[in-house]
Amino acid sequence: MWDQEIRQMASSHAIMASGVFMATVVPAVLVPGFSVYGTHLLWLYSVAGAVAVVNITLFWLLGVSPPTKKHTITYKVSRLVRSCLYLLLSCLFFHTVVILYGAPLLETALETFSLAVLLTSLTTLRCVCVLGPNVQAWIRVFSRHGAMSVWDTSLQMVVGCSVVGAWLGAFPIPLDWDRPWQVWPVSCSLGAVIGYLTGLVAAPAWIHWHRKHLTYKSK
Amino acid sequence: MKRLPILVLLLWLCAMFYVGIFLFVGGFLLVRLEVNRTSTCGDVLLPGGQQGDFCQGQPRFRRAVVLIIDALKIDFARFDPAKKEPRPFENKLPVLEEVTSSKPTHARLFPFRADPPTTTMQRIKGFTTGSLPTFIDVGNNFASSAILEDNLVHQLAEVGKRVVFMGDDTWESLFPKKFHRSLPFPSFNVKDLHTVDNGILQHLYNIMVSDDWDVLVAHFLGVDHCGHRFGPDHPAMADKLTQMDGVIRSVLDRLQNDTLLVVMGDHGMTDTGDHGGESQKETDAAIFLYSPSPLFPASPSQSDPEVVPQTDLVPTLALLLGIPIPYSSVGQVLLPLFPANRQSGGAPAGLSQAEALWINAKQVNRFLETYSSMAKDIPPERLSQLQADFSHLSSKYLSTVKEGRSPTPELVASLQGYLTSVRDTCRATWARFNPAKMAAGIAILACACVLCYVLSEMSSVLVRESGLLRVPLVAATVVGVCVAASQLFTQGYAEGSWCLAAAALSSEVLVLWRARRARKTAAAEVGEVAPRRGWLTPPRFLLTPPLLVLLLRCASLLSDSYVIAEGRVVTFMLFSLSLYVPFHLNWDGLLLPPVHDPLKPAGLLPSPVLSPLAMRRESSTFLACLGVLVGSLYLSLFFHGCREEQGSCQPSPFLSPLSRVQDSRLKNLHYILSLASLGAWTYLLRRWLRHYGNLNSLGGTVFTARWILPLLSVCLGLHWAVSATPEDSFRNLAELISLGQRALPRVAFSLLGLGLALLWLDPLTVFIKTRAAAPVRSPVSLPPPRYRASTGISTQAELHHLIPQLYQRMRRSLEDGEPARVPEGGDRPAVEAYGLGTVYSAPVVLLCGLLGMGLLLLHPEGMSLAFLLLLLEMGALLQMHASSTTLNALQGTHSGGFSVPWTPVVLWSLAATQFFHATGHLPTFPSIQWAAAFVGFPGGHTGTILPASLVTLNTFSSHILFAVACPLLLFWPLVCEVRAGRGGRGGGGEEGEDNAIMEMRLRESPQQFSSALLQLATRYLFINGAQVFASVCAAAILRRHLMVWKVFAPKLMFEASGFLVSSVFVLVGVTLVIRVDVAVGRWFKRLLPDTSG
Repeated sequence: MWDQEIRQMASSHAIMASGVFMATVVPAVLVPGFSVYGTHLLWLYSVAGAVAVVNITLFWLLGVSPPTKKHTITYKVSRLVRSCLYLLLSCLFFHTVVILYGAPLLETALETFSLAVLLTSLTTLRCVCVLGPNVQAWIRVFSRHGAMSVWDTSLQMVVGCSVVGAWLGAFPIPLDWDRPWQVWPVSCSLGAVIGYLTGLVAAPAWIHWHRKHLTYKSK
Repeated sequence: MKRLPILVLLLWLCAMFYVGIFLFVGGFLLVRLEVNRTSTCGDVLLPGGQQGDFCQGQPRFRRAVVLIIDALKIDFARFDPAKKEPRPFENKLPVLEEVTSSKPTHARLFPFRADPPTTTMQRIKGFTTGSLPTFIDVGNNFASSAILEDNLVHQLAEVGKRVVFMGDDTWESLFPKKFHRSLPFPSFNVKDLHTVDNGILQHLYNIMVSDDWDVLVAHFLGVDHCGHRFGPDHPAMADKLTQMDGVIRSVLDRLQNDTLLVVMGDHGMTDTGDHGGESQKETDAAIFLYSPSPLFPASPSQSDPEVVPQTDLVPTLALLLGIPIPYSSVGQVLLPLFPANRQSGGAPAGLSQAEALWINAKQVNRFLETYSSMAKDIPPERLSQLQADFSHLSSKYLSTVKEGRSPTPELVASLQGYLTSVRDTCRATWARFNPAKMAAGIAILACACVLCYVLSEMSSVLVRESGLLRVPLVAATVVGVCVAASQLFTQGYAEGSWCLAAAALSSEVLVLWRARRARKTAAAEVGEVAPRRGWLTPPRFLLTPPLLVLLLRCASLLSDSYVIAEGRVVTFMLFSLSLYVPFHLNWDGLLLPPVHDPLKPAGLLPSPVLSPLAMRRESSTFLACLGVLVGSLYLSLFFHGCREEQGSCQPSPFLSPLSRVQDSRLKNLHYILSLASLGAWTYLLRRWLRHYGNLNSLGGTVFTARWILPLLSVCLGLHWAVSATPEDSFRNLAELISLGQRALPRVAFSLLGLGLALLWLDPLTVFIKTRAAAPVRSPVSLPPPRYRASTGISTQAELHHLIPQLYQRMRRSLEDGEPARVPEGGDRPAVEAYGLGTVYSAPVVLLCGLLGMGLLLLHPEGMSLAFLLLLLEMGALLQMHASSTTLNALQGTHSGGFSVPWTPVVLWSLAATQFFHATGHLPTFPSIQWAAAFVGFPGGHTGTILPASLVTLNTFSSHILFAVACPLLLFWPLVCEVRAGRGGRGGGGEEGEDNAIMEMRLRESPQQFSSALLQLATRYLFINGAQVFASVCAAAILRRHLMVWKVFAPKLMFEASGFLVSSVFVLVGVTLVIRVDVAVGRWFKRLLPDTSG
């Protein structure tokens, strides 16, 4: 029934995943001394940037976002401003949550905030792209009957996988193995990105698998 | 309600866990056998093999002075002139450095490494017998009993040397009647820095100049007590060490040529001044050897040992003083003290290195032979190898001596090697395990965990079953007796632990079997087919998030890194699980009221009872509580202590008692903070009780809540003030202060005891107001229809509905600030009952509050903040649980019954562990807060039970509080029911009133109440038991791990004792609930004739 949509989603997810891949490979070629562990923050921001650019472009091109009611410039600008505000707030929210989870309050504030930026670009940005700047809709989408379209289901999966990935990434930190990827926040950001990639792969596959059982109320 | 069966079942479950733990620990921690033989002068073979009396020869030193400075760490003894700004404990003993540099052949300073456990009694035992103490001895420090093994003091007395002892009175109990003269001083009071030292100094010099002694032992305690009280980094430590410097100087001046001086510490101390464990800071003490005559044949060289093991002092001293080496010593003589070759005609005749080593090796070999004939725990292959080594060495040595040559350095080195390997073998052996017992313990524990789970899932079925335990208990007795008989028959003796194991396992299996049968019959009654599930498919319950978190928690106990970081790991998990709850609610669409989307057909909305307003209110309460929970979780991280394995970690400043804080402004601030949180604790408890109308009657519980609770907090505040006053600032008030230190905590203890007794005797907080003008009332006279379904209802059934409703009306009118409305004559019932809705939870809350105060008394003052956080977190958890239950119920998805789901119980138990850490405790022995034993007893104790139980209460306070308060998880959703009902009405209306009977629901369906109570208790036991099981497995699997004695064994001991304490207090909580139930039953009985008459 939604074969075309699923194919569209699979190809766009492939582009997003390759975006993450390019964000790792291109700086490695261009920047001398670049490595994922060594210059971690650089890698982190390049991935976050790439994800942001690819997401915004793709969703704009695909036109998944909910139809705007008004077409005035002021309305669009206010939507844009609100989106940016929400993204910033989401960064702060993630920062707080990560600190509450046990990250040092002051010593590694930059690293913690970078992780929050990465998480925002992996999760909140997609929410903004798919659902628009509407927090009520974001909250509602994460409920059993909340998904209204294939994209909502994929949003659930990708966001869930990224967050769970970051959560799992915290597990190796206390171990005494002295590996470079145990340094804060390397394991968490790696976990988030790996979770994101998993979500990108899993979402179309899962939807394809369950396409017979999926019904969307207001489709 | 079934009262006795529940208690018996829970008791039996706990007993199974105890048996499992007992068996495992019995196999895991073995005790060394003591060899009760003594060496005699005759059996020391003289070098060369000729027989003779060793003691008749001329010893190298006639006399010795042994100064033991308790906890003299090697860092205290070293002197570094380059240090410009030494810390209080540095460079305070310059005399050692002066003497060693000016007279290098007379004096030397070595690090002196003690074997763990580094507690004073074990150390005295170690450096007088020369043997290695075992792990299990740790607990004996409170009541040291006489040493039965051969030791230096005994040997000295045997050859007629006069041993004079002064100082720590532990010696007196270890060596009763062995001293020529003894001047013991009380040692138990760690706050007392000077009594022992001043007592010694009064006598030391007089005795030294007199000639009535051969060996003088003086044990100074000031440094150790200073460490315990202030920590090493404190000016008091500098004073103490300077005093010791003076003592050593004076002793040096009075020494004669035939005298050996030993200055040593028995153990070191951590940076906080504690000891007992096996970190290098605790084990590395200092030893300083000096004699006015040349002591060391050569000046310091490369061949000097870098570290001297503590056992080595015994053979060295024995040979220098010319007495036999004690029988069970495994030490090795300190070679630099002996000349490499025998000097011909040197005035103080001494043994050469090879001769000393030979005597030493003979003695060690003899001990090894005796020991291996008595106990079979040394591996045979290792034993035969050691014996082969020895016979080879002895033939080589004897042939060399016969030929008249002096032994080669290689021979000396191989003798040393032999001694070292014997000691290493012994060390490895005395930490050996009994795998069969360990396996049995693990099996019983695993069965007990499975049983707990099964019982919790089937509680409703099993509560109906009567006599569930009868057959298993009988069978267990039979099996136990059978095993005992067969053991008697085959081996001639019965081992109690195996009988216990067999009995426990058989009863567990039988109960499992009966539970299975009960489930089948129950399923058959209902008519459903029991779901068939393959044995291998993973059960679905393991994949629900709360149990997944529990599984992760158990898995984390298997890694030393996670155990070291346990405080943070548990907080992380608690945080994750509490965040999961709102996500889950949102996933079910329960967190936000659904928008009435015009596109949506209205029929899809789940239930009509849903009211958006109530839901919004409930969700916001929920989120607010989540905020409180998260906040207290984060703040609780500031109260953690530090393990030595955590490198860059600063222990919480709140952990040190106020008397250690030097800055007076900081001190006042801390004091005010502690007082404020104490006040908040009291206020919150009383506020809650008053809110639910529990402070109106005249019973014992209400008296406790009204008077004893505030009095207790006043006592606590005064006690803190008194104990924080610096001793020297109010000299004229010193007596008053010491009286306060003794009396205030005792008053608090007795108040607590009184409160608990009253709580037990009269647990009801219900206030009845019977109106005199009630005779008009009769069942026929215009009953308000909302009270009864039909007119034919019985009086008792009516009463059950009536009273809570009345209570509720009264409460509301109280809340509104008006006096209770007078019910109008005829159509209103004439009984008013306050506090009936919280009749079960009020005593539990009060018990929890009282216990919390009592436990706080045993902690340093700063911990009152942590305790307040604990209370807040408890409240937040309960409220979250209640809100989510209400939200589920509003949606109609609630199953009914009172069953408490897994998530809150797991959260509850994780919180208990989290606050174990957040009250400054750690699962390591050095971190035990011994100061708790002296609260109210600053003069020390005579017995061991009281101090041990005080320390246990202190250590497991958070386990106790959470375990006692566990039944609240069952009551809280019912307590909060009123609010939801009222919210639904939007105020004013009376439709919701029928629902609002709070805890009286429990009385209406006693069967469900008992099953829910049983389920809650078994769930809590399961969670705790699973953690014990995991740490038992960790200890068993990783028993050869590098960290086993540092991390896993202490963790196991703490986890097991924590389980013991928790289970006891869960039982206490459940018993209290049952007691209240009995009382409520009586109350109704008493009320019934009154009202119907």
